[in-house]
Amino acid sequence: MLSKMEVKQSNLKDGATPRPTFSIFRDFLFLLPFVIFVVAFLILPTISIFISAFQDPSGKFTLQNIKDLFTPYIMNAYLLSIKVSLFTAVFGALIGFMLAYASTFGKLPSWVKSYLNTFSGVASNFASVPLAFAFISTLGRVGLLTALIQQIFHVSIYDLGFNLYSFWGLCLTYLYFQIPLMVLLMTPALEGMKKEWREGAENLGATPSQYWLKIGLPILFPTIIANTVLLFGNAFGAYATAYALTGGFLNLVPIIIGAEIRGDILHNVGLGYALALGMIVIMGITILSYNYLQSKTARWLK
Amino acid sequence: MKKSRFWAWFWILLGALYFLLPLFSTFLFSLKMKKGVLSFAAYQSVLKDPQFFKTFIFSLEMSVLTIIVGLAIIVPTAFWVRLRLKGLRPIVEFITQMPFVVSPIVLVFGLIRLYSKPPVQLTRTPLLLVMGYVVLSLPYIYRSVDNGLMAMDVERLTEAAESLGAGWTTILFKVILPNLKSALISGTFLTFAIVIGELTMASMLAWPAFGPYMALLGQNRAYEPAALAIMSFALTWAAMGVIQWVGRTSFVKQEQVGGIH
Repeated sequence: MLSKMEVKQSNLKDGATPRPTFSIFRDFLFLLPFVIFVVAFLILPTISIFISAFQDPSGKFTLQNIKDLFTPYIMNAYLLSIKVSLFTAVFGALIGFMLAYASTFGKLPSWVKSYLNTFSGVASNFASVPLAFAFISTLGRVGLLTALIQQIFHVSIYDLGFNLYSFWGLCLTYLYFQIPLMVLLMTPALEGMKKEWREGAENLGATPSQYWLKIGLPILFPTIIANTVLLFGNAFGAYATAYALTGGFLNLVPIIIGAEIRGDILHNVGLGYALALGMIVIMGITILSYNYLQSKTARWLK
Repeated sequence: MKKSRFWAWFWILLGALYFLLPLFSTFLFSLKMKKGVLSFAAYQSVLKDPQFFKTFIFSLEMSVLTIIVGLAIIVPTAFWVRLRLKGLRPIVEFITQMPFVVSPIVLVFGLIRLYSKPPVQLTRTPLLLVMGYVVLSLPYIYRSVDNGLMAMDVERLTEAAESLGAGWTTILFKVILPNLKSALISGTFLTFAIVIGELTMASMLAWPAFGPYMALLGQNRAYEPAALAIMSFALTWAAMGVIQWVGRTSFVKQEQVGGIH
């Protein structure tokens, strides 16, 4: 005990943290559950998809599955997934930024901001099946808004070409969680902008628009792009909302993987794994670029 | 100045219209089950269905298990990384971000591939579902706990407890956990919001959970789904309300960015 105390004292003098005996064993013990869990339920499943994507039904190495990805059916699915994710990411980011900006700098009553943030927390978590239900009750074939428009204008939006169970309907529905997510991501960044920058710019004779164009936006730009990228990934991986809304008829990558798990619809299990591998690659690129871009602004806003 | 305030109101009102219209019309739709009158018949019909309670309880159990397992795995790790293994921080953070890269549908594909046949057959036990849910909520629980740890002086607290003769279990349960209370509460409710209506994993692993129940009801009924949507919106609101309330009473930044779509 005495020697342990002495060790501690001498360590403290050096400004280091005390490091008791058996530390390696203890490190191991504290991290063991986490390591076992992560390996068994995250890393191994990912590796197994990776390996299976390069195997033929008999288990031999093949590149055929990857080649099969480049057929029109699969390419169209990736294209549609990317289109939906890109559209909802760009518009979600744009509208979300405007809302966050309006509530932070718009000189509105303070309750607007607190309501917006509370609501965004709820709406970004309100997704999948109930969200699809809400849009079906609103803009579905017998939805209330559809009926209301028909009553007022004597024309059905479905006759005009609108369809909730299509690309545009899906985008409109995804925006319901994309916009609030952008608000939650952008508000802290906007709040982190220092008053001194603005005051400094004004003292030097800059107009508000000059301040935003030359100082505000250049600082925020990487964060805005980073968050847009995150929104892209958020939509790309979405399965539940799309499934509940379209019943699995829209050819998105997650929907095809889901159908493949339920029953071999591709008639080629290896292709299913290659499809999943493609998703991992796209999501990986997404998250890496997010981290890179985010680090570029972080030093300004701390 | 006047002009900028006009545009601020313009965007806020536009946003409010987009967000409140579906909620309002879903609510109105849910009241229209009986022809000609507004009634809560759809809600009664939902609440009378024994499957509603059975699946809801099942998902509730899964979320409790997820939270217990998740905290048991993450709290010691996050604590130890903050205290002693600071060098491992980037690696642990990278791992906790991985669930964003491996989306639920891909993860469940891999889990089924690995654990649906001997030597390790887990698809028949809810364990695999719980572990899948822990993976889904890993980023959120980790960030909540890590934020909580950041707000207290982990090193000094541990040192003080150690020099008073406390063992590691005492330090974790009597010093660290009580100080993490608000972080644990927010992590818990965020996990609950993620797990309770989760569809992807539950339906792929064929469990009678609340998410698949709702999806099935949506295919067969018209008004009950609207009632369910309103009920789950209220539930999500309640969960987020707890997180915000906890956030106001403590100085720890509360995590509320979440959602599995």
